[in-house]
Amino acid sequence: MSDEVAIIGVGLHPFGRTDHLSGQQQGAYAVREALKDAGVEWSQVGVAYGGSQDAGNADALSNLLGLTGLPFVNVANGCATGGSALASVIAAIKSGVAEIGVAVGFDKHPRGAFNPRPRDWGLEDWYGETGLMLTTQFFALKTQRYMHEYGIDEDALIRIAQRAFRNGALTPHAWRRRELSYEEIAESMPVNLPLRKYMFCNPAEGGAALVLCSAKHARKYTDRPVIVKAAVMRTRNHGSFEVFNPGLAATQSVAPTVTASRAAFELAGVGPKDIEVIQLQDTDSGSELIHIAENGFCEHGEQAHLLRTGATEINGRLPINTDGGCLANGEPVGASGLRQVIEICTQLRGQAGLRQVQGSPRLGYTHVYGAPGVSAVTILQSA
Amino acid sequence: MGDCALPVLACPEQIALEGKAPVLMGSQCASCGEVYFPASTGCTRCCATEMVPYALGGSGSLWSWTIQGFQPKAPYNGGESEAEFQPYGVGYVEMACGVKVEARLTVADPALLKIGMPMTLTLIPYRNVPGHPPVFTYAFAPAA
Repeated sequence: MSDEVAIIGVGLHPFGRTDHLSGQQQGAYAVREALKDAGVEWSQVGVAYGGSQDAGNADALSNLLGLTGLPFVNVANGCATGGSALASVIAAIKSGVAEIGVAVGFDKHPRGAFNPRPRDWGLEDWYGETGLMLTTQFFALKTQRYMHEYGIDEDALIRIAQRAFRNGALTPHAWRRRELSYEEIAESMPVNLPLRKYMFCNPAEGGAALVLCSAKHARKYTDRPVIVKAAVMRTRNHGSFEVFNPGLAATQSVAPTVTASRAAFELAGVGPKDIEVIQLQDTDSGSELIHIAENGFCEHGEQAHLLRTGATEINGRLPINTDGGCLANGEPVGASGLRQVIEICTQLRGQAGLRQVQGSPRLGYTHVYGAPGVSAVTILQSA
Repeated sequence: MGDCALPVLACPEQIALEGKAPVLMGSQCASCGEVYFPASTGCTRCCATEMVPYALGGSGSLWSWTIQGFQPKAPYNGGESEAEFQPYGVGYVEMACGVKVEARLTVADPALLKIGMPMTLTLIPYRNVPGHPPVFTYAFAPAA
């Protein structure tokens, strides 16, 4: 306990489209909300890590928040930006660099699918030019293969999307708040089969921030600290099936989600069965389908049954993406991982309103996955 | 294609055209034997740096597939207008050496695609701009 780090404040700029605010302004808004929640001033913050993919440097937030001279490190780790910022703040606090630290993520993406530049990812131009370098394509190819290997049909993909929008409708800050019927999802436009329009999240805008301090000081600031039992980030191993891969190795190995998840459970000294509320990366229905098993919450192939029987609903045994996840909130890449942490903190504090998981959950879990094969996992516990 | 002129290729280093049928070219680790497509300058399996050219052949079996239902943004350069865009198939094809190669497919009809079906390498003119010769890339077609 003495060595642990606690989250003492959370702040969100709602995801979606906010035309009159830049990405950095949405990030600064999130930091101010988190500081207010923790009851601390920006001048008390001794270290900050943060980043965005398309909205500039995080240390530019100091121009909006105050030039206090603090060490502010820019993080650029794609979808794992928030998770990496969080892990870095925790390491800094544990090493004694500062008593209070901030992790922040924000973004503002253009509309439509991402269009990465091959050379940024160590690939040749032809891979993008010939129409092979799309994240949506990868998710579809991985999902198609997975459904074939484990005998899962489209019903599971539809149910995941349906639950996301049902939960989004209960979440005041969600972007997509309209429930969708089974048929609407099943009959929506094929984007990359087997994945359809309403099975994909959209790139969006927003900001998310956390204020952290050493767990032994946490009660000075809040009566409801959330202890970070583990915050682990891993990159891919040779042979895993990742996004932006013109060729896959002959022999497959496990995904970085699996290695990050196992390391996090080991660090926290708990197992998947102990977790009471879960956030999984759901850039699309197929990704969530796979991530349920990759994170250890069921065996591969069991998902269809879990989904059909309601186990992943808010009142089920494995409540997943209680705020509607990426599907209902959109994906501002830099902020998305921290939104997940904020939702778990909100649930552990019992402040989730209509979407509150009953029975006062004490242990929660978050997971992000992104290009070019990175994953970050946290395990959080109410103190 | 003209009678004697070779087609313009988007990725000439990945395709060998010496024989009658196109063949995909990759590399193999001289130390542990791991095969890569496209060719790699180092082995991500054993971390060695000596690689030798490796021909993956021109046939395999369909390992996974999707249909690209919307026109990609740049750097995609097919050259067609949004109205002209036609969905295209994309898949991974498992080659004899076990490596799965991502490629355009010649068919975009889900009813014609089944995981495990035999596939043959071909070239397709993916970029067509008036006044310029078409640009070809490698693609897989269901085996005849």
